[in-house]
Amino acid sequence: MAAFKETKLPANAPVAAKALGWVDDRFPLTKLWNDQWGQYYAPKNFNFWYIFGSLAMLVLVLQIVTGIFLTMHYKPDATLAFGSVEYIMREVPWGWLVRYMHSTGASAFFIIVYLHMTRGLLYGSYRKPRELIWLFGFAIFLALMAEAFFGYLLPWGQMSYWGAQVIVNLFGAIPFIGDTLSLWIRGDYVVSDATLNRFFAFHVIALPLVLLGLVVAHLIALHEVGSSNPDGIEVKEHLGADGHPLDSIPSHPYYSTHDIFGVSVFLVIFSAVVFFAPEMGGYFLEYNNFIPADSLKTPAHIAPTWYFTPFYSVLRATTADFMYVLMAAIAAYVVFIWLKSRLSFKTKAAIAVVALIMIVGMLPSVLDAKFWGVVLFGASVMIIAGLPWLDHSPVKSIRYRPHWHKYVLILFGVSFVTLGYLGTQLPTATFTMLAQLCTLLYFSFFLLMPWWSTMGTFKIVPTRVTFHPH
Amino acid sequence: MNFPKKLIAMLALLPCLAFASEAGHPLDKAPARESLSSLQNGAKLFVNYCLNCHAASSMRYNRLKDLGLTDEQIKNNLLFTADKVGEMMTTALRPADAKAWFGVVPPDLSVIARAKASGAGTGSDYLYTYLRTFYKDDTRPTGWNNLIVPNVAMPHAMWQLQGVRTVKMVEEKDPHDPSKTVHKFAGFEQVAPGTMTATEFDTATADLVGYLEWMAEPVAGKRKQLGVWVLLFLAFFSVLAWRLNASFWKEVK
Repeated sequence: MAAFKETKLPANAPVAAKALGWVDDRFPLTKLWNDQWGQYYAPKNFNFWYIFGSLAMLVLVLQIVTGIFLTMHYKPDATLAFGSVEYIMREVPWGWLVRYMHSTGASAFFIIVYLHMTRGLLYGSYRKPRELIWLFGFAIFLALMAEAFFGYLLPWGQMSYWGAQVIVNLFGAIPFIGDTLSLWIRGDYVVSDATLNRFFAFHVIALPLVLLGLVVAHLIALHEVGSSNPDGIEVKEHLGADGHPLDSIPSHPYYSTHDIFGVSVFLVIFSAVVFFAPEMGGYFLEYNNFIPADSLKTPAHIAPTWYFTPFYSVLRATTADFMYVLMAAIAAYVVFIWLKSRLSFKTKAAIAVVALIMIVGMLPSVLDAKFWGVVLFGASVMIIAGLPWLDHSPVKSIRYRPHWHKYVLILFGVSFVTLGYLGTQLPTATFTMLAQLCTLLYFSFFLLMPWWSTMGTFKIVPTRVTFHPH
Repeated sequence: MNFPKKLIAMLALLPCLAFASEAGHPLDKAPARESLSSLQNGAKLFVNYCLNCHAASSMRYNRLKDLGLTDEQIKNNLLFTADKVGEMMTTALRPADAKAWFGVVPPDLSVIARAKASGAGTGSDYLYTYLRTFYKDDTRPTGWNNLIVPNVAMPHAMWQLQGVRTVKMVEEKDPHDPSKTVHKFAGFEQVAPGTMTATEFDTATADLVGYLEWMAEPVAGKRKQLGVWVLLFLAFFSVLAWRLNASFWKEVK
């Protein structure tokens, strides 16, 4: 370790410069700023899709700050919780604004994160060497879902209560330990005061800590390997005389000003919802949640908030009849792997064994459809993490992939949105069938990606980024 | 039918299904109520007819000052279930008695206008229809029944205003199952007149519902007023941010 060296500034240097020098000698403040933002060189060809990372950061801060103020007045007690939310809405000065910002912020967070992930899908942002960035991001998504789920119980309305009841009961589908496990999560035989208290603890401290840690990891990993761009080119392959990539610019001031503009447009949309449609037609604040939780009255229609409904639809689509379709699909997929993949014999054999166990498990007398519904529900979320290894396309960006790949992405998007819509509706025979179709499309998109992503005629990827000066 | 045909048929029928899920008696559109005098009249009806059994435990009496009333006016005319204007709108009905008399504890009405919104209409539409579709039914313990909440536990609280009505039902074949019949609503029949004409009663109910809507979110008006200024500021700020961004980016070649 080098000896401590004090920065020597002339006696007439500004006090701020001296203070910064004093700090920099003891803590890498200027270095951190430069590494993470000030001198962080990012490709200059970012487009619209590249704003959502900063926006997610903004909403995270917004949720934490509004959350702190809500915690000052909210009562995590089954007899007081519902009333305390109304107290915030009516009696606490500006409480209504803080609460609407928080409730709208939750939905905004998911919209932003879904768009952020779409960007990754469009431009192959998760491809080597950015797999870990994707995994950290995926973990953020998981933590965010848990955070939203725990938070949704807190207003203690009917939908809070029964939504939590349904989701916790899902753990009951796990063989042998299921019932004990869901009892352990609830802390009671039904969702109750004990559940509310622990969900409050998770929502206000445990998960925010995890989220913040993961965001730091996500950003450090990103700034280590550098950002990708809409052309999917590695800008570090063309360095200038100053050692920085020729096609990159320092984030400050260029992306600082860019983000300020993006943030202001976002705030226009966000405020329009907060001030004019905080319920957003029953999607952001569900109507039934204005009725206090009642353990004796099950609502006719329990729908989770919209951001969970695509996955919830997969769960509901897994009916007993659908098991036969799934068994056939699994068998077909294994045959396909044996014929078409270049995996080793051992891997293929392992896949066949797992598939056989699954098919046997799907027989009506072995494990019921509820269990497999939970498995598919979990798989529909987890499979997103696999993208870096499922995508085998020779180019990263959709710009240089065969034209029809766009339609594959659109079909996937339509299936996802349709699943989301169906999850908010009462299941009917027709809706269930549509959800089953979309479920198959959803999984096919991922599971067949190693093949379809390599098919077709790819365009020539330019060596330098496409950029039109403003 | 083969699968593709089935799928096409299914997609074509989607819109019908969306409406079918909202079956039942259709909701009337609640007339908008914005004038303070209507809302004050609604408040008067509310404390006279609703607060006997229902509470509005999140609502402070003196919040009625937002409707242009003074503490004195509230105290002298509307303060039925509390001693001070700073208290909440509680009810005199004890939960145990309610359970014995009606079978249920009447729900708190603080946010009822928000809770009753659905795909079929706004919460106000629901309440406006509900309060105007009570009818005499001697088979019910209270003697009253309701079109949109069949076998409702609540009696017709405003029957003296509306008078007594019975309902005409016709038997019709069930459109989904020809072997069954369904009872279909075919109109009300006025048996005894009330103190109000039908039009007056509709107006009064609309005032009451307007009040309930106001009470569900007293800040709603202020929220929208403030929203206009916030959006104007943000629009202006966006223009500045846009130009700031452009001034930096013009040097990027």
